[in-house]
Amino acid sequence: MSDPTMGSMVTPPAEQPTVPATTVAPDAGTPRRKEKPRGLLGDAWYDLRRKPLFWISTAFILLFVLMAAFPSLFTSVDPSHGELSRSRVEPSANGWFGYDVQGRDVYARVIHGAEASIVVAVLATIGTVLLGGTIGMLAGYRGGWVDAILSRVADVFFGIPFVLGAIVILFALNPPGSTRDKYSIMGIVVASLVILTWPVSMRIMRSAVLSTKEADYIVAARAMGAGPGRIILKHLLPNCLAPVLVYSTILIGSFIGAEATLSFLGVGLKSPVVSWGIMINEAQQFIRVSPFLLLFPAGFLVVAVLSFVMLGETVREALDPKLR
Amino acid sequence: MTEKILEVRDLVKHYPVTRGVVFKKTIGHVKAVDGVSLDLHRGETLGVVGESGCGKSTLARVLMNLEKPSAGWVNYRGQDIYAQRGADLRRLRRQIQLVMQDPYTSLNPRMTVGDLIGEPFEIHSDVAPKGSRRQKVQELLEVVGLNPEHINRYPHQFSGGQRQRIGIARALALRPEIIVCDEPVSALDVSIQAQVMNLLEKLQNEFGLAYIFIAHDLSVVRHLSDRVAVMYLGKIVETGTEEEIYERPTHPYTQALLSAVPVPDPTSRENKTIIRLTGDVPSPANPPSGCRFRTRCWKAQEICATEPPALVTRPGSDHPSACHFAEKREIVATHEAA
Repeated sequence: MSDPTMGSMVTPPAEQPTVPATTVAPDAGTPRRKEKPRGLLGDAWYDLRRKPLFWISTAFILLFVLMAAFPSLFTSVDPSHGELSRSRVEPSANGWFGYDVQGRDVYARVIHGAEASIVVAVLATIGTVLLGGTIGMLAGYRGGWVDAILSRVADVFFGIPFVLGAIVILFALNPPGSTRDKYSIMGIVVASLVILTWPVSMRIMRSAVLSTKEADYIVAARAMGAGPGRIILKHLLPNCLAPVLVYSTILIGSFIGAEATLSFLGVGLKSPVVSWGIMINEAQQFIRVSPFLLLFPAGFLVVAVLSFVMLGETVREALDPKLR
Repeated sequence: MTEKILEVRDLVKHYPVTRGVVFKKTIGHVKAVDGVSLDLHRGETLGVVGESGCGKSTLARVLMNLEKPSAGWVNYRGQDIYAQRGADLRRLRRQIQLVMQDPYTSLNPRMTVGDLIGEPFEIHSDVAPKGSRRQKVQELLEVVGLNPEHINRYPHQFSGGQRQRIGIARALALRPEIIVCDEPVSALDVSIQAQVMNLLEKLQNEFGLAYIFIAHDLSVVRHLSDRVAVMYLGKIVETGTEEEIYERPTHPYTQALLSAVPVPDPTSRENKTIIRLTGDVPSPANPPSGCRFRTRCWKAQEICATEPPALVTRPGSDHPSACHFAEKREIVATHEAA
């Protein structure tokens, strides 16, 4: 799946020199670029397209998204069908990733587990960054009592221990024995993750805005008559995004783990639903006798997190003209 | 003299010094600008000189309406600039533009040159229709001596002098009447300084601009200015035409400043006396009573401590000077502009 995209985007520049047009090619190239003035985003895209790391990580992320959306493309085995006769059977041609303690196919479970893990982690990260970033931008830009109030509110949420807070929220909304479906539980888990972690991205954004707000180019924009909307969107946001972006890519990985913790504690997703976190938790009891049970879900998790981190890194570099 | 376009009267900017976290108590004021009056005529250059911390940059910020003054008023063509709101204020901002000191921090590092110079047109969208903006940006690049094909480059790909040209192009974009230059060349190499100043001079002739040229370098100011105002601790101590200030200074502070200008001619350097001021600039939070310069002045007497000298033309002089004992003194100054 990754090959066609990579092939089509990466090879043309490499092939061009072999075309026997010696001086025509650069001359034909420059007027085209002169025609269209590009902005930061256009340049970033131009830069991203040439980075193999960007295409590799995008391909992996697309693969995981596809896994989450259409698990039937990858496996037709029922992930919750267990036969105790094949409990902890090692990987073989029949079961590529082996069978878990209840005799369920690990490959099918890893594929089906992608949905819960990816959806929860990505949605929670987007929510955290949007909520925390917006509040941080507001607090940093307005300053004064707005900043004081928002910062204190953030401190209150920051002070709640993560696991305790999540247990309280999830117990209230999703007590053991309740019959909510998978998606509403995922929604509640996402909401509780966002509520308990937004203060970190808020603080990152706020401090970035505070240090950028006094920059000469912001003063210059104000002197020119730019309104707050323009200053925030065109000047502050592009210059404050990098630290939040870096944080958010790391956050995706920790959210996959957090979702697993909540499931393990019995307040998150429940057993018939599969997620990588649940699988890792189950596998940890058999880590010495059947390490493959841990290896496969953990391997997928690592690759998924790494893809997001790499994507975040390449995007951050592309958005900084000095690093191009 | 041509018509007066900017009138500054008794402009005061005090910054409160507060103590305490929750219950803020004002324990004093930093008197950054303390009663400055200026006039600016169409197409002329008014130089403002003074040492670091004398309130020059605060004056620029207040004149640009980036900060409200504590007292006093500024009139642009009869309208009080601090009374304008909304669309009126934006129309006013179009006429007064700013060139900042540091070309390395005054350009957004994440915007292309095309975006940077095009920004004034986007903010004041009625100046140029959308289709013609790119052409205008390229024209401006040519006017300030940059390659119009570089519109897709970023500020870090340019040298300091080139960046300052970008800053000037931004200021020029809206065809303002007044450009406030806040030390536009002090961050540049001497060779580049000359280029940028010549550019400013050329643009003035071409577009009929009026400059308020703030600097701490006397020879830079002399090169460009028609009139000069000398600032000390938030007040103007002497003002006059370029020739009056540089050839016949009457205020001791101006004389001391001019005596410190290096003279390139070794023969005239021999008969030059350097006035060395002792002590530091007093804190603007607690300026001396009476004349502010008296703590460092060799002429200071009783009256200087009690009575602040007014900025008036005194007998034996041809221009206003804020000193009780204003008198001419022979100073060998640089004659490069003469």
